[in-house]
Amino acid sequence: MNWLSWISDFFSSPDRRSGPDSIANRIGEHLAISGEALFYAALLAVPLGLLIGYSGRGAGLVTALSGTARALPTLGLVTLAVLLVGVGDTAVLIPLVALAAPVLLVAACEGVRGTDPDLRDAARGIGLTHRQVLWQVCVPAALPALLAGLRTATVQVIATATVAAYVGLGGLGRYVIDGLATRDFPLTVGGALLVVLLAVAAQLLFAALSRFALPAGLRKQRR
Amino acid sequence: MDGEPLVRWYWIGDHLGYLWGLLADHAVISLVPVLIGLLLALPLGLLCTRFPRLYQPLAATFNVVYALPSLAVFVVLIPYTGLATQATVMIPLTCYALAVLLPTTVDGLRAVPDPVRQAATAMGYGPWRRLTAVELPSAVPYVVAGLRVAAVSSISLASVGALIGRGGLGYLFIDGFQRTFPTPIVAGIVLVALLALVTDGVLLLARRVLAPWAGRETAVRR
Amino acid sequence: MSLRSRATTSVVLMAAIALAATACSSSKSDPLSGASKAAGSGSTVTIGSANYPENVLLASIYSQALQAKGVKVDEKFNIGSREVIYGQLQSGNLTVLPEYNGALLQYLDAKATAATSTDVDAALQKALPSSLEILNSSAAEDKDSLTVSQATADKYNLKSITDLTGQAANFTIGGQPEFKSRREQQFKDAYGLTFKDWKPTADTTANALKDGSLQVGDVFTTDPRILQLGLVALTDPKNLFGAQNVTPLVNKAGVNPTVTDTLNAVSAKLDTPGLVALMKKVSIDKDDPSAVAKDWVKANGLG
Repeated sequence: MNWLSWISDFFSSPDRRSGPDSIANRIGEHLAISGEALFYAALLAVPLGLLIGYSGRGAGLVTALSGTARALPTLGLVTLAVLLVGVGDTAVLIPLVALAAPVLLVAACEGVRGTDPDLRDAARGIGLTHRQVLWQVCVPAALPALLAGLRTATVQVIATATVAAYVGLGGLGRYVIDGLATRDFPLTVGGALLVVLLAVAAQLLFAALSRFALPAGLRKQRR
Repeated sequence: MDGEPLVRWYWIGDHLGYLWGLLADHAVISLVPVLIGLLLALPLGLLCTRFPRLYQPLAATFNVVYALPSLAVFVVLIPYTGLATQATVMIPLTCYALAVLLPTTVDGLRAVPDPVRQAATAMGYGPWRRLTAVELPSAVPYVVAGLRVAAVSSISLASVGALIGRGGLGYLFIDGFQRTFPTPIVAGIVLVALLALVTDGVLLLARRVLAPWAGRETAVRR
Repeated sequence: MSLRSRATTSVVLMAAIALAATACSSSKSDPLSGASKAAGSGSTVTIGSANYPENVLLASIYSQALQAKGVKVDEKFNIGSREVIYGQLQSGNLTVLPEYNGALLQYLDAKATAATSTDVDAALQKALPSSLEILNSSAAEDKDSLTVSQATADKYNLKSITDLTGQAANFTIGGQPEFKSRREQQFKDAYGLTFKDWKPTADTTANALKDGSLQVGDVFTTDPRILQLGLVALTDPKNLFGAQNVTPLVNKAGVNPTVTDTLNAVSAKLDTPGLVALMKKVSIDKDDPSAVAKDWVKANGLG
């Protein structure tokens, strides 16, 4: 037995092909919960970050708060959430949103704050309203920072969603936790490998996004 | 939870010594890896600035490492370093710390403007003196910024070690979860956050002492 | 970072996996057994426990009793399932585990049929590898039981499952969802009982007994709600529910006569009502397992 045969054991098991323990199902669950967490985190953090970044007020507070939020242990939040709201998606969403939201908040805030002040002055000078400056100048300029933040948040959420399995929920963490509990090493290693592959895939996706989704001008600007 | 209060205050009062012991253990298993990570990141970072071709693959490797779920790494290490031992938890945490610290160290070392470097050479500084007197001090704000991120994540991640029998304050989470007893969980979350904040404060202070010229914030990629 | 660096990422990942695979291809076939450690007798006894409160409590009792006899103890509690900690015991990283004889036998031999405590222990001694042995089983058991409320027990004078004959047809019974399919026929065969109705009351079974929506329910014998709600577990003279006695499992190389005698003395004092009372303190009153264990050891003259 060695690592390669564990991995091939993992992928060749019939349980991996159909049923609740199939790779497709577990990846689906993992992506669903990660995506949901990122959606709520973005909904919460991005508008707030843009506003704070634009007004410049409370930016220090944002940095301090996000530092504190990063210190919150996911395992603690998820166990507490299960005791408070019961086993379910909500219990896992709470810690994952707490993980992703500060990253996005800082990214949005810093992205807008990083807009060239001359550019903003010029935009105001040609008669744009604050709202127009924010949407037409600052938000496009903040896009690279936002995408970078989203990339970091996505990788962290995908890696951390593994913990959901500890409180009895699905996702790729099931392989890791069940493998540990039943001494099924291929299951643990295979599960971990899939999480990494998923995270790397997400990184590739964001690399492509930041290359093709940006305005041409910005693309040139960033080498 | 059938009327169980969020916090039974007397429990905390009765367990101060116990909590202190877990806090101390948590500080060791989470912060020693950051120190080791720093000790590794400095020479590796220097190597990367001298041989720039090294940096891309190294950074890419640690990018992958950063995405590894910590629990899985703990489990994979058990056969080599044992169940419920410090090493099993500290080795992955060292890798995570290095993953954050390597890019920040390299950024810091590269941040020295060329004119400054040339000026140092013109003043007769040899490579060693230039490194210790110019390049390393210039890198301090970057390295400290990286240290802050690495320390805070390490403190938060170490609690996952409780699932394999060694997680410092993380033990409070599984104990509370199994007994439907939120008090230890809340105490654990608060103590983990406090440890992170205090560590962060110490690092900020260190930067003010080591690099008093630096601005208030130096951005980090992660 | 650029797309190219991401491509590098994937290449590096592949390389890392290949490297790891070759580097580790010579490792042992059972990696979770852990690095083996010579367990010297008489030095430190390492007590492990599975990851649920009752097992932690039992391990604490062993630990406190041994410490009271001057044995040096290292506690590794709450570390995982039977699969994980049993391997650690075999490799000598752990010396003592609190086990349940029936469940352990099932784990070692899924086809085992022994049901009484004596038969299970005899089968276990055969099934265990030569490096491990079980010590004396205690009377305390954690297993399924037919349980009734105190009021029902008094009204129909119920002590054993046999006493249900004649009443069963009027009684509604509840338990886990799989309880009916697994046990209905066995109750007919062993005791000749046919119940009026079966309800899948799952975790609320104990409460349903108390409020009267069930007359009989499947409740674990160490569920502290037996004490909290005043329930009575009926005895099972036909051993329909196999024995699950709390039994110390030890690595022979790590224990000396002091350790063995102390653990056997613990088993001699431990019974199911006693364990229920202790579990109530741990799960409901939220007392520390170690403190509860220490008090118990003192109160039973073992400290």
